[in-house]
Amino acid sequence: MSDPTVTLGLWGVPLAILGGALRVSAPFLFVSLGECITEKSGRVNLGLEGTLVMGAMSGYGASLWSGSPWVGVAVAGAVGAAFGALHGWLCGRPKVNDIAVGIAMMLFGIGLAFFLGKPLIQPTAPRLPALSLGFFSDIPQVRSALQVNALFLAGVVLAPCLRWGLLRTRWGLILRTVGESAEAARAMGYDVNRVRLWATVAGGVLAGIGGSFLSLFYPGSYNEGLSSGQGLMAVALVIFARWDPVRCLYASLLFGGATALGPALQSVGVTSGYYLFNATPYALTLGIMILSSSAKRTSVDLPAELIAQR
Amino acid sequence: MTVSAPVVSDIASGSRRLWALRERSLGWLEELLPTLAAILISLLLFGVFVALAGQSPLAVYAEMYRGAFGTWFSIQNSLLRAAPLMLTGLCTALPARLGMIIIGGEGALVVGGLAAGAVTIPLHGAPPAVVIPAMMLASMLAGGLWIGAAGALKILRGVNETISSLLLAYIGIALFNHLVEGPLRDPASLNKPSTPDIGEANMLGNLPGMDVHWGLAFGVVMCLVCHLLMEHSVFGFAARMVGGNPRAARLSGLGVPRLVILTCCIAGAAAGLAGMVEVAAIHGKANASLLAGYGYAGILVAFLANHSALGILPVAVLLGGISASGGLLQRTFGLPDAAVNVLQGILFVVLLGSQTYRGRVKLRRSPR
Repeated sequence: MSDPTVTLGLWGVPLAILGGALRVSAPFLFVSLGECITEKSGRVNLGLEGTLVMGAMSGYGASLWSGSPWVGVAVAGAVGAAFGALHGWLCGRPKVNDIAVGIAMMLFGIGLAFFLGKPLIQPTAPRLPALSLGFFSDIPQVRSALQVNALFLAGVVLAPCLRWGLLRTRWGLILRTVGESAEAARAMGYDVNRVRLWATVAGGVLAGIGGSFLSLFYPGSYNEGLSSGQGLMAVALVIFARWDPVRCLYASLLFGGATALGPALQSVGVTSGYYLFNATPYALTLGIMILSSSAKRTSVDLPAELIAQR
Repeated sequence: MTVSAPVVSDIASGSRRLWALRERSLGWLEELLPTLAAILISLLLFGVFVALAGQSPLAVYAEMYRGAFGTWFSIQNSLLRAAPLMLTGLCTALPARLGMIIIGGEGALVVGGLAAGAVTIPLHGAPPAVVIPAMMLASMLAGGLWIGAAGALKILRGVNETISSLLLAYIGIALFNHLVEGPLRDPASLNKPSTPDIGEANMLGNLPGMDVHWGLAFGVVMCLVCHLLMEHSVFGFAARMVGGNPRAARLSGLGVPRLVILTCCIAGAAAGLAGMVEVAAIHGKANASLLAGYGYAGILVAFLANHSALGILPVAVLLGGISASGGLLQRTFGLPDAAVNVLQGILFVVLLGSQTYRGRVKLRRSPR
């Protein structure tokens, strides 16, 4: 195991946080982009935590079975789509609460993944390859910190594309219309439920892919403690990013760095508050939610249909 | 020949009472039918799932029944698990009456259990009559603080209570790990870091005549008290009014912030007490065994009971039974212990889907 302290001293901490941000942020990024699409359509899917764990499990299993990690990513996306479709279909029925269904899907997804994933804990599946962005440096610690994954880069590219798509394309306009005023969309002849169903499916696909990143790249194996609320934090992160895909990217990097804080400090010998540092991302999320919410007014960026239903 | 007038009126009032009884029970049935149908459908779906996993559904169900309610031993085991579920169920059910979805019961349970374990350290040597109430009080305070914080954040800053309560749960678990591994750790607990033993004398004993501890009584009493509070008190009436129409409630002069925060505190106190029960009746100290998922299962309990404090009682026993049968499924059929979680997940999803039929089932003739 490489120890950044050997040559870098305390500089190892920010480096480890940077490396952590690049590695850990991908699941946050994919889930928050997915949730962003879903919420733009006027619906909340709190169940993406379950989708994330299901994606991690099915992606790992498919990679193991097929020998190709990219098949694993595809299967994880497909499983995410199925979960999104179930959520979207249920919430399209009258009197069904999307928040509650999300909680149910979260518990169902985690339970199902734990059930089906039992045989996957031992074996080692082929992992996704890493790209070295640290080629300019001779320091091995810098090189290892800058090992990133193609999937993460795809997410980085996807964020501005998604923003452009939401603002400038026909599909984006329909999606935003449905999210801002279901009445208006209905009057224009669009099937509100169908648009929301597809938006939830798209969100599920992205969350599933984010899950496959967990098991196929970092940490890179399957176990039951793989996700500890990343899917849920990503949902909170969308509120912080004010429903903008590019701001989702920045927020994901911030969260990735916060998650890496505990292990980074441990690597330089600060071990006393290890468990407390593990709470950093949760405390950060909560702090950001407290600062960015208000009891008096709602954010102007909030899709109006999300208020109308409450 | 004349029939005396009082007799006629007696018959009339008797039949009217019978009619009213019939109406009321049919009304109840209308409410219950979607839930019962949801339970039945999820059992069918789980049967398909079990068949796909290569086991006979009927055999699995027979074994589940045996493991949950088949013998006196298994009934007691189910009741043992129902006790904390009643308390964590209240944690979601009470705020739900005000229109809030709280899912952080696990956090309140954990900090409650930790507080119960920690409070015995300074009270070392005190009589149980002091220690046990102190443990109850400490756990309820800690749990109440945890969920009360989610309520206060909702009121003060408009923070979404569903997400904040779960984040608080993760923070509570991290704090728990920190204290149990560090400052509050009993040096003698080598393999499994724990707080010091609370002492044999301070353990909650069993209810008379059975192998079920007093925690079950705590759960039942809390449910009954909360039922009276929510259905038969001014406080409950005001709370339900807030849930029905917050604007109207505010306009009619109700102190909505006070109601919300107080209800969240009571809800958290219930879940905190569940942590105390686990510590004082089962483990004898606070350690990682507290993280058994009772808080999360409590969410399902509350939804299945339609957020009625009285409804939680049978639902908690049912889910306690399902959870008790998990070990048997693992031993007999080699099904992973997560099979129970799958069944609970299916049940939850189907139940919420069935909400769409709520109010559409008609057994009574509609009045002309």
